[in-house]
Amino acid sequence: MDITGAELFVKALKEEQVDTLFAYPGGQAIDLFDALYGEDDINVILPRHEQGLVHAADGYARSTGKVGVCLVTSGPGATNLVTGIATANYDSVPLVCFTGQVPTGLIGNDAFQEVDIVGITRSICKYAVTVYKREDLAGIVKKAFYIAKTGKPGVVVVDLPKDIQREYGSDGYPEKVEIRGYKPDCSVHTGQIKKAMELLNHAQRPVFLIGGGVKISRANKEMLKLAEITGVPVITTIMGKGAIPAVHDLYVGNIGIHGSYAANTAISKCDVLFSIGTRFNDRITGKTEQFASGASIIHVDIDAASISRNIAVDVPIVADAKMAIDKLIEKAKPLDIKAWVEQIGEWKKQYPVTMKKDGMTPEKIIQAVNRTFDNAVITTDVGQNQLWATQFLDLNERKQMLTSGGLGTMGYGFPAAIGAQIGNPETDVVVISGDGGMQMNIQEMATAIVYELPITICILNNGYLGNVRQWQEMFFDRRYSSTCMRYRKSCIANCNTPTECCPQYTPDFIKLAESYGAKGIRVTDEKEIMPALETAKNNRKVPTVIEFIIDREENVMPIVPPTNALNNMILESEDS
Amino acid sequence: MKKRWLCLFVENEIGVLAGISGLFSGKSYNLGSLTAGVTEDRTISRITMSLTSDDRTFEQVKKQLNRRVEVIKVVDYTDVAIHMKELMFIKVSGCSAKDMEEIFRISQIFDITVMDYNRDAVLIESVNTENYNNDLIALLGKCFANRIEIVRGGSVAVEALSITDR
Repeated sequence: MDITGAELFVKALKEEQVDTLFAYPGGQAIDLFDALYGEDDINVILPRHEQGLVHAADGYARSTGKVGVCLVTSGPGATNLVTGIATANYDSVPLVCFTGQVPTGLIGNDAFQEVDIVGITRSICKYAVTVYKREDLAGIVKKAFYIAKTGKPGVVVVDLPKDIQREYGSDGYPEKVEIRGYKPDCSVHTGQIKKAMELLNHAQRPVFLIGGGVKISRANKEMLKLAEITGVPVITTIMGKGAIPAVHDLYVGNIGIHGSYAANTAISKCDVLFSIGTRFNDRITGKTEQFASGASIIHVDIDAASISRNIAVDVPIVADAKMAIDKLIEKAKPLDIKAWVEQIGEWKKQYPVTMKKDGMTPEKIIQAVNRTFDNAVITTDVGQNQLWATQFLDLNERKQMLTSGGLGTMGYGFPAAIGAQIGNPETDVVVISGDGGMQMNIQEMATAIVYELPITICILNNGYLGNVRQWQEMFFDRRYSSTCMRYRKSCIANCNTPTECCPQYTPDFIKLAESYGAKGIRVTDEKEIMPALETAKNNRKVPTVIEFIIDREENVMPIVPPTNALNNMILESEDS
Repeated sequence: MKKRWLCLFVENEIGVLAGISGLFSGKSYNLGSLTAGVTEDRTISRITMSLTSDDRTFEQVKKQLNRRVEVIKVVDYTDVAIHMKELMFIKVSGCSAKDMEEIFRISQIFDITVMDYNRDAVLIESVNTENYNNDLIALLGKCFANRIEIVRGGSVAVEALSITDR
């Protein structure tokens, strides 16, 4: 039977078991929305901005493991996805983004709402394609889902010209997909596994370094097993945090420029660094020449291009983390490394990641989140809020964190939480955001209200773009250039110190929340932290915004100053 | 730093070439020359490209190319026996009778063909290696300074059958 392209689009979504579609209509997508009208099997979510939309699809995908699906119109609808596409692709999140496009006959004519979205997104997604022929539509959609979710997951953009949406053609949808240039590797080189385990089994001072790849391949249990059999301490990147429970004895902490002293020192002094699912990003290596300089490095990664790019590797293993870990477990045995484990424990005890100050510190707020929520998805925004969250959240199998690690996209946290809550209606969803990032997608409060999402939104309000301000304080002689969120025209020029007389913060987050129909609680005293979180947890109909007024110049510590080696850390702020 | 050669088999689709050249500019790789053409299989294009890089960057280039969905195969031609030729046209204008004689003499010694000429200009075709063409440009540039127009096609290459030299 012949059906329109739009009808085939809906059929394809169903064939791919898409139950939720994040979608914002427009002129060149109107036929697709028409085909979705009255469709019971697909929950169509209408956010308030396409950027919020794509982050929501991202949060949905990360928290459920399913492919997140977006549908927007051409031109501005498509370009508003760009930041979210880059965010998701950078963190290997499977998304398929459908964009409406002007009819094929008008492409290249500078038509109304025409942009070359395939050209724009080519370098920030896994695959981007325009459908030029109706008969290719089914095959391309099938390919899109396959590419997005296999191998190193990523974003696929499918551009759908309006005439293709309207044209009649076959209703067939392929069962199989065959792409000659794309063969996700499903094998593990046993010789390399053997070499790796021989190296590990003879190590005196080994560590595991675990990245987001382990979580993406859902290998948390296997990773824990491997760590427990061998007894080798586990360090994570921020994307890998939670791969084994953060309270586990073998867990050392995060590596990186805001990593723990114990983790960074252990990496610097280890003799075998066994890394799985990390690309050795500059934020974790510090000065690369001195990174794990005395160690033999084993690197498991699904992406061959990640291996020996930033750090030269001795034993490369190109494989999916879960498959590799399964094979590693077969050859794993307990190691005799008592002295080394004790040494790391000593460093942990001596230099714990903590904020000692009195008052309502971010640490106390995040610890209260740990206590209040047992089964939760916690999203973060980007900046100090994110770094504190990655330092203090106790993550485990039941508590996962979604964060924009690669691109570092402010405005990610709140819409991602919306997607996570839609995908996990029974789970508590908590946002840890700053006052800056919260304002970048604040319009999604309406989305949270209309879909009755009981999200707990913790805004750590210090009235600054805190992370940049911290750098200005530490490395730019306190020149607070464009980082004060309380600045007004009447302020003195070149202000570099907050005072009692600083202008009032705008907006008033509580009134703003209330204007949307959400609940708003302002917390200024540490005693109010737990009651506020409890109230939020029990508020099941609408989101709750908790604005925590924190110290304006709180810093994230420890820190590795730029261009320094990983173990060259500043441990405490000067004033503490 | 070393000059390298790659042969790519890619899907013959819209945007594939843009994707590959975009990869080079986006990642700041140094692309020397690139030629593309359809193969005996209409759905596949074959690209010959040259680039100059260190070993580590070259490994990345190959991996990044392999990573692309539209790239079917990447073959490193840097150190294998291949036949490689570049088509080049050279137009020399403002020629006197003596210049003409000179050019025809050069064409007897060098492996080039005079394809066309009129009263004061000569059009030469050279199908040779890139280095040979470089030398030819140097020579003609000296003899006929500011009077030559060059069109270079970029090299195409194919694996050798019996010869082992490049």
